[in-house]
Amino acid sequence: MIHTIIAYVEDKPGVLNRVASLFRRRGFNIESLAVGHTNMAGISRMTIMVNAEEENLAKRIEANLYKLVNVLRVDDLTHKSPVSRELALIKVNADSKTRSEIVQIADIFRANIVDTASQTLILEISGSAEKITRLLQMLEPFKIVEVQRTGVIAIQRGDDQDSSDPPIFETQ
Amino acid sequence: MAILSGAQITMEVLVKEGVEHIFGYPGGAIMPIYDAMLDYNIHHVLTRHEQGAAHAADGYARASGKVGVAMATSGPGATNLVTGIATAMLDSSPIVCITGQVPSQVIGTDAFQETDVTGVTLPITKHNYLVTEIEELADTLREAFYIARSGRKGPVLVDIAKDVQNEKIEFEWIDKPVKLPGYRPDMSADQKTFQEAADLINNSERPIILAGQGVIASGAMTELLKFVERTKIPLSMTLLGLGGFPASHPLNLGMMGMHGEAWVNTAIQEADLLLAFGMRFDDRVTGNLANYAKHAKKIHIEIDPTEVDKNVKVDVAIVGDLREMLEKLTPYTNEGNREEWISAIEAHRGDSAVRDIKHMPDMGHLYAAHVIHDIWRLTDGDALVVTDVGQHQMWETQYYHHDTPRSLVTSGGLGTMGFALPAAMGAKLSCPDKEVWVICGDGGFQMTAAELTTLAQENIDLNVAIINNGYLGMVRQWQEFFYDGRYSATPMLSPDFVKLAEAHHATGIQVSQREDVETAVRKAQTTPGAVVIDFVVEQEDSVYPMVATGADLDDMIRRPKPEIEW
Ligand SMILES: Cc1ncc(C[n+]2csc(CCOP(=O)(O)OP(=O)(O)O)c2C)c(N)n1
Ligand SMILES: [Mg+2]
Repeated sequence: MIHTIIAYVEDKPGVLNRVASLFRRRGFNIESLAVGHTNMAGISRMTIMVNAEEENLAKRIEANLYKLVNVLRVDDLTHKSPVSRELALIKVNADSKTRSEIVQIADIFRANIVDTASQTLILEISGSAEKITRLLQMLEPFKIVEVQRTGVIAIQRGDDQDSSDPPIFETQ
Repeated sequence: MAILSGAQITMEVLVKEGVEHIFGYPGGAIMPIYDAMLDYNIHHVLTRHEQGAAHAADGYARASGKVGVAMATSGPGATNLVTGIATAMLDSSPIVCITGQVPSQVIGTDAFQETDVTGVTLPITKHNYLVTEIEELADTLREAFYIARSGRKGPVLVDIAKDVQNEKIEFEWIDKPVKLPGYRPDMSADQKTFQEAADLINNSERPIILAGQGVIASGAMTELLKFVERTKIPLSMTLLGLGGFPASHPLNLGMMGMHGEAWVNTAIQEADLLLAFGMRFDDRVTGNLANYAKHAKKIHIEIDPTEVDKNVKVDVAIVGDLREMLEKLTPYTNEGNREEWISAIEAHRGDSAVRDIKHMPDMGHLYAAHVIHDIWRLTDGDALVVTDVGQHQMWETQYYHHDTPRSLVTSGGLGTMGFALPAAMGAKLSCPDKEVWVICGDGGFQMTAAELTTLAQENIDLNVAIINNGYLGMVRQWQEFFYDGRYSATPMLSPDFVKLAEAHHATGIQVSQREDVETAVRKAQTTPGAVVIDFVVEQEDSVYPMVATGADLDDMIRRPKPEIEW
């Protein structure tokens, strides 16, 4: 099962390397990893999608992340029905014959056309990872030139703020 | 407020952290610190190789419980530390390594002697730092010491760019707590968990304690003794746990695992409850996991939450400092009486005694068992023994009985040959009043033998027993058992160890007869400086019992019973 793990990390050089090295060393399988600044200065937030068949493995991943000195807080959102989104840019072949059909597909998926050229279109889509994968499947027959996916980002639904408890800044 | 250079600030912090000795080796990128060192009251030991410096810092830490410090220059100096750092990492030994780095302006340009040391050591340190801003230097060093000695201890490396060492700022030492928001070394379980654990304990009929290094690391010796005497639960130990509980205590069964005592491994397999105290179910102590202690419920008290359920799934996990956790757990337990279970275990002991090489007629041969038994006898079991890795290491555990914590220093997790001599140097410096013995193989000794001269330069008094079997014995044993006796690259020619000792300003003695062991050991004990005894022992003896890799824990290769009764 794919787990959605959130890690708040100190914004310091090498932190991404430490997280990646941990996953490699312990043989944990990363499906995707997205990282960005937060509203708190000096703190970045990672969404790590990881394949953990056993619940116990997800717990161990969490514990291992906590053990990194630069990791401030870890949450497993898997069972908290998070809002999850991924963004993708897709450059696909489009000539005068196929162009309108591609635009129709884009419409159905609520994807935006962000660039048109004589031979190609660029689509921008955000949604669940599955939705993006399905769009890619639909576009396959037209020949996809290039794809860039961002990896999933996630946030917990509702008023619960997943960053509130325990507080991130806990000093001894 | 004084104006200090980064090098001076480094030394200031080391002094404040209580550092007495630095083990190291200078070079271009760390010269400012070596220069500043002359003005501070910290003793530097010049090892003959940076690996020796890391092992010495490690030995210092293990023997004393204090943080050991190793120092090296950039590039090759730092990479030479790597084996020592990995050794400390796997055995959770608190050391701080300080390395010089090329100036920050040229980092990333493949400058002379530049290596990405934080990159190289990332997976083998508890944490590491690259310092390129002098403002961060003091706090970083203090954090390094704090991280090394707290929680599950371990090595921390601080790589300091040379320009930072030279730069000067106004500096004032402020005694404030270290601020590390993402670091939580102290955890504690709740009351409910203690009750659950106690219920398992109170209802068990065949419980056994598996005591690991956590006992020593957390200083839980007294609490463990109280727990055992109250519950009357027999106890076994991991290699690194030895000394955490007196070997002479009637409820101490001995060591478990691949070369553990046969009755211990059998008891673990028959137990209905395992109490794992500060140990991590290493493959060397479990054997085949699928059939490991199948009838037993498991309680795991462990400071590192990542160890819980890693190898063995447990029924109750208590994450926290073992000493505190035991203190809290004990009142929940009932006073026990487990005579039936204990006598069942004891029944297995008799059979082992018959097979014990120590009890067999020697027919003029010298066995490692004799040597180690005699060293134990002649040191009143009170020496600080540092072993290397191989057969002699396992024989040490079988024939030297440790009653006190930190009286055995050995590389367990990484099994690093060449560890013993430099580690013993550090151990002796941390415990100058202790009688220190190195027990090593002819192979491992040759890896770091150059440190003998360091001992001479430092006037360090210790004794080295080389168990010289002419082979890389442990590998030879595996070849005998599992590779049809095809001895590939295990027969080993050694130098004349007596001459080698003398060339290194030490005393050399050779012994090949059992009756000469005592005289040689006595002579070593009364001779100042380093004494090397070359014990020429039986070449193809093996360590028994042995659990083959992947075999069940109680499926042991046993020493054949002697043909003749005597
Ligand atoms: C640095 C290192 N290289 C290789 C090994 C593999 N190894 C384990 S035991 C052993 C043999 C050790 O021989 P020796 O030092 O003579 O000790 P003995 O087993 O004969 O007592 C070897 C090669 C190791 N543990 N460490
Ligand atoms: Mg040997």
